[in-house]
Amino acid sequence: MRIILAGSGQIGYALIKSFLDEGHDLTIIDEDQNTINNIQNTFDVMTLCGNCATASALHDANIEKADLLIAVTSKDEINLLACMTSKSINPKIHTIARIRNPEYANQVYSMQEVTGLSLIVNPEQSVANEIYMLLKMPGFLRRESFARGQFEIVELKVDQNSVLNGLALNQLPGTVKCKALVCAIVRNDQCIIPRGNHTIEAGDRIFVAAPTDSLSDLLKNVGVTTKRVKNCMIIGGGRSTYYLGQKLIDSGIKVKIIEPDPTVSRLIMNQLPKASVIQENPQDQDSLIREGIEDFDSLVSLTSQDAVNAITAMFGTTLGIQTIISKFDQMSSSVLFGKIPIGSIVRPQDLASNAILRYVRAMQNQSGAAISIHNIADGKAEALEFEVNEHTLHIGEPLKSFKLKDNVLISCITTGSETTIPNGDSKFNPGDTLVIVSSHSGAIAQLNDIFA
Amino acid sequence: MNYKMIGRLLSYVILIEAGFMLFPLTVSLIDGTGASTFAFGVTIAGMVALGLLILLLCRKASIHFYESEGFVCVGISWIVMSLLGCIPFVINGDIPNYIDALFEMVSGFTTTGASVVPNIELCSRATILWRSVSNWLGGMGILVFMLAILPTGSGGFTMHLMRAESPGPSVGKLAPKMRQTALILYAIYLGITVLNIIALMISGLGFFDAVCAAMSTAGTGGFGAYADSFTSFTPATQIITTVFMLLYGVNFSVYYLLLLGKISNVLRDEELRLYVSVFVISSGLIVWNLCQSHFYPTVGETIRHASFQVSSIMTTTGFATTDFDLWPSFSKILLLILMLFGACAGSTGGGMKMSRLLIYAKTMARNVRRALHPNKVSVVRINGAPVSETVINLSNAYLVSFVALHLISFLLISWDGFSMETNISAVVALSNNIGPGFGDVGPTMNYAGYSIFSKIIFCIDMLAGRLEIFPILVLFSRFTWNRKA
Repeated sequence: MRIILAGSGQIGYALIKSFLDEGHDLTIIDEDQNTINNIQNTFDVMTLCGNCATASALHDANIEKADLLIAVTSKDEINLLACMTSKSINPKIHTIARIRNPEYANQVYSMQEVTGLSLIVNPEQSVANEIYMLLKMPGFLRRESFARGQFEIVELKVDQNSVLNGLALNQLPGTVKCKALVCAIVRNDQCIIPRGNHTIEAGDRIFVAAPTDSLSDLLKNVGVTTKRVKNCMIIGGGRSTYYLGQKLIDSGIKVKIIEPDPTVSRLIMNQLPKASVIQENPQDQDSLIREGIEDFDSLVSLTSQDAVNAITAMFGTTLGIQTIISKFDQMSSSVLFGKIPIGSIVRPQDLASNAILRYVRAMQNQSGAAISIHNIADGKAEALEFEVNEHTLHIGEPLKSFKLKDNVLISCITTGSETTIPNGDSKFNPGDTLVIVSSHSGAIAQLNDIFA
Repeated sequence: MNYKMIGRLLSYVILIEAGFMLFPLTVSLIDGTGASTFAFGVTIAGMVALGLLILLLCRKASIHFYESEGFVCVGISWIVMSLLGCIPFVINGDIPNYIDALFEMVSGFTTTGASVVPNIELCSRATILWRSVSNWLGGMGILVFMLAILPTGSGGFTMHLMRAESPGPSVGKLAPKMRQTALILYAIYLGITVLNIIALMISGLGFFDAVCAAMSTAGTGGFGAYADSFTSFTPATQIITTVFMLLYGVNFSVYYLLLLGKISNVLRDEELRLYVSVFVISSGLIVWNLCQSHFYPTVGETIRHASFQVSSIMTTTGFATTDFDLWPSFSKILLLILMLFGACAGSTGGGMKMSRLLIYAKTMARNVRRALHPNKVSVVRINGAPVSETVINLSNAYLVSFVALHLISFLLISWDGFSMETNISAVVALSNNIGPGFGDVGPTMNYAGYSIFSKIIFCIDMLAGRLEIFPILVLFSRFTWNRKA
């Protein structure tokens, strides 16, 4: 497909990589010449320096022949105008805009007729949703749900004295006493799609596939405590804090917000009257202690500075706070994440780019394309959800009777409301949903691509 | 430095070159010339073995590939393909001395067209074809060819290769994917070459001569199948070649715009306008000069020779229809200046390039304005778009190295004792990839008289000229080889 990407910030950058892996033709528009040069040197794409909301720049980017425009500049208004301008030049184009100002968020959905937007992404809201999911089930670093929420892939970190340390994977169901399958291991920045004879080591981050209803058993038997979160300290009072705070307050969780800037703290106080807002510098650990950080059972760092988030999270770890989640905008080295004790990580650009990727895949709409796709293991692997149809190979044969490609694994078979973690005797039939985990990024376009 | 990735790309280049050698091999098989069949057969076998060996050694390459890798890869590829490509000449005995053969090969790939062979008619047809094929391949570039036929992944490194190999101050893509861009360029290139072959055959040339002439014209190379170049061809052939040389000297993105139907953009292109004006004005001046001295019997013949020669020199092809060394000195000096100017950026021609001239002229005008009004805000624009200061600085840096290259080579080769006119024109003609110069290296002469040392200097000059100096220059920098330096 011909895709025009307006804006090349964090999300744009993440999208370029994924789109290129899937073989799309990309044209990038950005106002900053240095950014443009940088992209031209790093990726095989066409670049254009200019204002993406102007018809002339869009003409130069060949908007007449494009299939999709994605506007992810830092300004909501520009994104909207870019989408509307391109829609007026080329009525057949699909448009995706990033709208993140909460003040616009509601009206944009009701104005979809006028704006013609195909999809609206709001990274801050996705961040809030993601964090909310994690706070509901503390203990997991990340959760991805599949098959209409019946089945999830969760991320766990294995430390020295975990029962999982040194465990061979085929003994896992016996140890955790529930249906579960390790479908990916991140070790030393490398992603492994394991077979039954692999062993889990301390320091690994493992991705476990399990039915949603057995998640709490899984946590209990792995030895992770699952006390319900009753209160939450949020560092930073930006947009994500607003979205998250609202959800938490609605579900009866007490929220305290630490924000250094007087204007911002006043704004968030007005938006969330039930939260207690403290105007204080979060980098001053003494003041955090004064605000009783030790007594909270969860700490969420949402400032715009990665370093502040990381340090606050590390501080929280040393105080023994049960659940710690931080947002990272820039930092991407998963080697670092594995080495420093900072709990769960949420990356807005990954959430937004995943949402856009899902839309693009659905747009291609080939028969047999993935229903949904989730990047796991820092984007080093992906979990794809497929529906089995009559053209699928090996229908009704036990899994042990044929071979899959290397680094590909069937992690779950859902028949109706029944979810099974497959073994060698499992079979699949038309109508079933399969979740495939693969470390070949972009190589699995159709279900039949998984067979060797 | 990512040596393994460079090695892998180098092995592709070697294999592609071996593939192109199949053409002369086929001709030698048809002709039944045992020596050439053996020479090309052995070389192809050796190159395939070498290519596969390097490929095997470099199979596990990391994907990190930056500017320095791009330059080094292009520099080394061009040197290696010249070193290997000249082996058949030595084996089949057409050019027994290895350095002479190397000079001939470098001259071929860099589309210079300067020769050390006095009587090319005595060489085998395989040798003659291989020289022309090397012109054709060198014109658009072997790495661009590689980018067109091989899937190279989604990295930006393709851009570094393209930028290092393609001539001009700034390189733009025609399509989002580098592979498409390279394919479009080669498709246009091949298309014009085929038209050229057909036109030449209609004008009365045999198939083999037409193919050789068209390929040499396409790369703006200038290797001919005959020692007297185009002198003995019919006027029709000469006029057709005048037109086609001019066509190959145009930026190829112009043809892409034409194919897209954006004719108004083409007509407003400043570089193209300058290119055409320079051609018309220079031809006019030379016609006037030649008519004044009654050099040719008719005005028509004067126009034919003058336009052919201006076209041939401007596009840095280097064909001749007449011994222009005998022309009056005004015409000769004008040709010498045209040698330095060269053709358009993004064409197959060499020299300084029309777009750089535009940048220099406009920057100079801006500096004059700035001297008069120090606070004046101004920007250099080409085709309405501002030229970035980086491009201006790089163009200036290029000019300095360009002059330095000429001066140093001029000094080094003067030891051989040729006249000043010969030496100056030799350096200019080779560094700008034209071929023939004046005096003892004039259109009817050749470069055989220079010493081995001078020929090696000339080889460096030609490569530096074709690759616009930097890819060759970085090979001699310690910062290239030691990241800690």
